[in-house]
Amino acid sequence: MTAVRQDSLVIETPEGVVFSFELATPATRALAWSIDTAISLGIAYNAAKVLEIVATLSGDWANALGVITFFVVSMVYCIVLEWRWGGQTIGKRLLGLRVIDEQGLRLQLPQIVLRNLMRLVDAPPPLLYLIGGVAALVSRKGQRLGDMAANTVVVRERRRSVPDLAQIAPARYNSLLAYPHLAARLRNQASAEAVGMTTRAVLRRDGFEAMARVELFRELAEYYRGLVGFPEAAVEGLTDEQYLRSVLGAIYGGVGGKGIGAGAVPG
Amino acid sequence: MIIDVARFVETERAYWDELDAALARLANEPRRRMALTEIQRLHYLYERSSADLGRLDSFSAGPQLKDYLEALVSRAYSEIHETRASGRVKWKSAALAFPRAFRRHVRAFQLAVAVTLLGCAFGWFALRQDPGVKASLLPFSGLLDSPAERVAKEESARQDRLKGVKGSFAAELMTNNIRVTLLSMAAGITYGAGTVILLFYNGVILGLVAADYISGGQGVFLAGWLLPHGSIEIPAILLGGQAGFILAGALIGWGESTPRAQRFRAVSGDLFAIACGAAAMLVWAGMVEAFISQYHQPVIPYALKISLGVGELAALAAFLGWAGRE
Repeated sequence: MTAVRQDSLVIETPEGVVFSFELATPATRALAWSIDTAISLGIAYNAAKVLEIVATLSGDWANALGVITFFVVSMVYCIVLEWRWGGQTIGKRLLGLRVIDEQGLRLQLPQIVLRNLMRLVDAPPPLLYLIGGVAALVSRKGQRLGDMAANTVVVRERRRSVPDLAQIAPARYNSLLAYPHLAARLRNQASAEAVGMTTRAVLRRDGFEAMARVELFRELAEYYRGLVGFPEAAVEGLTDEQYLRSVLGAIYGGVGGKGIGAGAVPG
Repeated sequence: MIIDVARFVETERAYWDELDAALARLANEPRRRMALTEIQRLHYLYERSSADLGRLDSFSAGPQLKDYLEALVSRAYSEIHETRASGRVKWKSAALAFPRAFRRHVRAFQLAVAVTLLGCAFGWFALRQDPGVKASLLPFSGLLDSPAERVAKEESARQDRLKGVKGSFAAELMTNNIRVTLLSMAAGITYGAGTVILLFYNGVILGLVAADYISGGQGVFLAGWLLPHGSIEIPAILLGGQAGFILAGALIGWGESTPRAQRFRAVSGDLFAIACGAAAMLVWAGMVEAFISQYHQPVIPYALKISLGVGELAALAAFLGWAGRE
């Protein structure tokens, strides 16, 4: 264990391909756990209500079933869901988290059982999640003790669909593409983080307040203007948002300028 | 380098979709056996998508596309490079995995027995030195009476003191003992210290009670009371301790050059098998304790109870020692 916490889990395959997973933060995990705890308590409570029917026949057996039901629900709720849903519980699903194997391999039942049984040490009743929480905070990969023993990590869920390039940069005339050498320089110099942020900002434009959106687009546009200076003729009359869409069009490869339009992306 | 992302997506999209569909089919039908041509095609699609991901690496335009491709390639990677058995549970082999795991790590079990016996010896001698130690060490007030008084009371009882609560009692025993056993296993993550403490404490209680009853001339009652459920319950707790020491061994890795993650990976299946086996044993022990152990002579003769306990222990030893041998 070390104090330097990673943000992502990087896996290199034997073929030399590298891919990464964004690790879940302890705060998000705690929230997911709270949701799951509330749900499992709700299941146990409702089971107790159902057992009141049994109590009319035998109070003793109703009590016994109540004790067993509470125990089973508290022990196996996460195990069953993580097994059936490939590493997710309701809480994790709601917050976009998933348990995965530390080496990126298929998650196995013994791993799921082990990481959940280890809660007895990670979260002993009087201390809530203190031990597991501290372990996750100081662990490099944000692992609680159960994750370490089972070789698992909790990551943020990955995107499952190809981004819609047509929505990001609609197929209109793109004045920046009239200067292919400058467009190529822009493609080379723009950082992946900035392009990702710009793409997200454009896709979620309606989710921002008007003033916040104007300010955000202005700052992003300034960044790209600082990278490559296009002639006045190319940018004249473009608002910051239009400029950013043109920049994305140029970066994503000729969208709007050379015949590859909205229909170019299948599906 | 990719110059035109839209064209790149247009060209490759069909292969990604095909790989996505193949992976979805594998996830939905884990028992399905793939034909050789299907496996070859899956491998080709994985390699092609991996190459596409590699091409995106040097290109700033693709964070979202890269995110998508990474997700796709990571799913394919987990299917293609996984060498462990699939998620399919075969009950027969699952049942035999328990004794096999026990035998593979028999030294950890011997260590658990040794620590418990050490606790027993401590409890025994503590009581011999100071009979007052009972009050401070025993967790149940029912054990504080003198053994002779308790035996007289139990044997003369005309009413069933567990009438109407037997089911609840059995459930409490099962759940509490399973929790303690699983805790013994999980406590192995403290480099075995937690497991040692739990086993030693259990041993102290056992040694103290045994010393109290045997020195009070009630050895037969003790055997009749403890053996029917204890012959299963005590080994189950020892198995929890065994699992704890296996976990601690993987954590410490004495004399092993393999990384810690690999050591944990190597024992996780065995820990799972032992934990499940011990939990199943404790369900049985809980039933026996509630329905048989608490009834004494003349209701159930001691000879019968002791025979039952010895028989259970022999059957358990045979199962753990021989079941699944090849």
